[in-house]
Amino acid sequence: MNNIIEIKKLSKSFPGTLANDNISFNIKNNSVHAILGENGAGKSTLVKILYGILEPDNGTILLNNKNFAVKSPSESRNLGIGMVFQHFSLFDSLTVAENLVLGLDENISFSKLKEQVESISLKYELPLDYDAPITNLSAGEKQRVEIVRILLQNPKVLIMDEPTSVLTPQEVDKLFVTLRKLINDDKTILYITHKLEEVKKICDEVTIMRNGKIIETCNAKNEDVKSLASKMLGKKLPEIEKSKINSDNKKTVFEVNNLDLKYNDPFLVDLNNISFKVREGEIFGIAGIAGNGQSEIMNILTGEEIIKKKSAIKCFGTDIGNLGPKKRREMSIAFVPEDRLGHSAIPQLSLLDNVLLSQFKGNQFSKFGVINKNEIKEKTIEIIKNFNVVTTGYNSFAGSLSGGNLQKFVIGREILSNPKILIISHPTWGIDAGAELFIRQSLINLAKKGTAIIVISQDIDELLEITDRISVIYKGNLSDPLDTKNISLEKLGLLMGGKF
Amino acid sequence: MKSYLPKIISRGHPSTIMSYWAPVIAIFLTLLTGSIIFSFMGFNPLFALHTFFISPISTSYGISELFLKATPLALIGVGLAFCFKNNIYNIGAEGQLTMGAIFGGGIGILFSSLDVNGFWVLPIVILFGAIGGAFWALIPAILKIKFNTNEILTSLMLVYIAALILDYLVVGPWRDPQGYSFPKTRPFNESSRMPLLFEGLRIHFGLILTIISILVSWFIFSKTILGYQLKVSGLSPKASKFAGFSQNSLVVLTFIICGSFAGIAGVGEVTGPIGLIYRDISPNYGFTAIIVAFLGRLHPIGIIFSSLIIALTYLGAEDAQLFMQVPQAVGFVFQGLVLFYLLGADLLINYKITFNKKEIYEF
Repeated sequence: MNNIIEIKKLSKSFPGTLANDNISFNIKNNSVHAILGENGAGKSTLVKILYGILEPDNGTILLNNKNFAVKSPSESRNLGIGMVFQHFSLFDSLTVAENLVLGLDENISFSKLKEQVESISLKYELPLDYDAPITNLSAGEKQRVEIVRILLQNPKVLIMDEPTSVLTPQEVDKLFVTLRKLINDDKTILYITHKLEEVKKICDEVTIMRNGKIIETCNAKNEDVKSLASKMLGKKLPEIEKSKINSDNKKTVFEVNNLDLKYNDPFLVDLNNISFKVREGEIFGIAGIAGNGQSEIMNILTGEEIIKKKSAIKCFGTDIGNLGPKKRREMSIAFVPEDRLGHSAIPQLSLLDNVLLSQFKGNQFSKFGVINKNEIKEKTIEIIKNFNVVTTGYNSFAGSLSGGNLQKFVIGREILSNPKILIISHPTWGIDAGAELFIRQSLINLAKKGTAIIVISQDIDELLEITDRISVIYKGNLSDPLDTKNISLEKLGLLMGGKF
Repeated sequence: MKSYLPKIISRGHPSTIMSYWAPVIAIFLTLLTGSIIFSFMGFNPLFALHTFFISPISTSYGISELFLKATPLALIGVGLAFCFKNNIYNIGAEGQLTMGAIFGGGIGILFSSLDVNGFWVLPIVILFGAIGGAFWALIPAILKIKFNTNEILTSLMLVYIAALILDYLVVGPWRDPQGYSFPKTRPFNESSRMPLLFEGLRIHFGLILTIISILVSWFIFSKTILGYQLKVSGLSPKASKFAGFSQNSLVVLTFIICGSFAGIAGVGEVTGPIGLIYRDISPNYGFTAIIVAFLGRLHPIGIIFSSLIIALTYLGAEDAQLFMQVPQAVGFVFQGLVLFYLLGADLLINYKITFNKKEIYEF
């Protein structure tokens, strides 16, 4: 088998980081080649260079033994390279057909396009509702539109960037069927991922990246999940310690009763009759694919959106639906929203200033509206120390911290307020494995002390690891909770697909 | 392939030093461009710049005039800083100034015509000026929070409404019966007027009010929760919501503060150097203060310096008209140039220019 792509001594730097450091490896024709690495390992930079979005500082790429130096994605498409992005680039208000036409470089009539799309759909098992608006599609269907759009250009190499991050387990299986068909049809797939099981399941060869460098390129069949993990992380991670207290007989401290909210907005998800209860010392998970109402629920739980029916949310028996975030914090409820850049923290401000963002009852951060800087400084130092935040000091900008360190800082800020209830959305999104483990352990330790925790997450592994019970949200409906101990992945997948 | 072209690349971090240097660079480039313009007009650029920027302040009277002009500019500028920090683009300070002059001046004229005197008259006049400006600023604030209107448009339109109201008053009901039908009011009595600070110079008590306002604003910005809230909601409305700050109250509050500062500036003008109310009470101080606020980096101390620099363009334009027979509008050209170069130089806060001479890509 000959190589379709050869990468030689490729380097790319950004201010402050060397994203790709002297990278060399080959991709065999007609194979699924994985690039495995953690967030920040340099995978995205590499594929962006291949697709012509970025230019390398140094190095050569050969495509079919010919020099390949493209300056734009359209050049790259003309040479037979297509890419499916992790975040879809579709126009929500247009139909599938209109989106497909927009992605094409040449003019083509709708009827001819329909013929082509139908043959592609049939050949690779990618069923599409041609006239449906994108808004009405599930994540899996949107991804199919993206794949068909790329296949219309008949590429030889298909780059897929974290394709399964928004799919249910069942949708992942369907995607893999399509990928195998593509391979049978003489295509090559470059598969970017940080999920080890997927490498084992679908890939032929795997290139492992860490800190911008290639660690190794090896045959995926000869590796197991453990060996891949240690190569990817560069060290063995300790196991999470999960000796939890039994919260079955504890009292309910936080409940949501028949929360019903119609937004009348096509870009927001209506919430239908949502109810759940959380007990003292319990970690309650809300699973589901992104865009099924998680951000709407989070806004209501934090009080950033106030609801009229105040009895829909109860904390220690008090109605709090009509209280804003400040009042809720005074009741010892702490929050960590998903986005740490500009929501739970402000990148342009120092860590010191960021501490002041969430003020709890009993702190001495201000008196008569005048800020007490010493008190805040002490708190900042305490957070940095107790939560292993790597930073140059309390005066550094929040934006200068890595994702993992900033997330540790934000979560530390909330945990050190000794909350009775912690509501947290996607706690380990986009951070390195070390910080991920640290944060999960911190949450478990907090629950041991009696805090009730609500975790909204797309990461099923995370929820299985730390929660006591899990409910699934689908199109604004919340399933009955399941005990995490006896849960099956298949059942969870069905729930995530809306089969309650 | 070699590239000799300069490249603009992100610093990754806003540079604090550059945010102080940008105004200096802007002023330098303004002077440079100004001298080029003057030489095209046939003047010796050094003579022109001297006439414009040095001779106006070479006498004690000149310096007093500089502070006189800087007084309203700095006061309004620091008021605008409250709005701009909060990402509220109130550009109607000129109207708020006019309303302040109408409210405060109106009370002053009432007292004067009733011949009521006393030390308590002036504080009431000033208070009414603040109320007038705040009232006028409250209109765009309420329209914004109730109907989500764009404050840039509403506050700007209200400038012209205020000017027409002033016109109506000085032509109609408030016209001085002994004023030979000129569109102006009767003069204020002594007790409604801003006391002069020095005999023979025109700087008045308004300067003291301005300095106090600047110090108080500096304290609010740097030491209080309110200042923190302004900073947070300006940088990220989402984080401000997360913190539980009320966006609407901040909008109303900053408009009220800015409006009352502009209103006091308006009272200062009519009860200070002018001494009565007529049509042209302000040479666009309310608009020029926008430049003052940005040139001073929205920082109270910076605004002191920028107000003096911009005040100098007013004086320089007057001198240029006298000694060089060029239109006074040249002053506005300089103000425009400063703003233009400042916005350009601000690019350097987040980006740097490199002359990359090494080989960047080879194949």
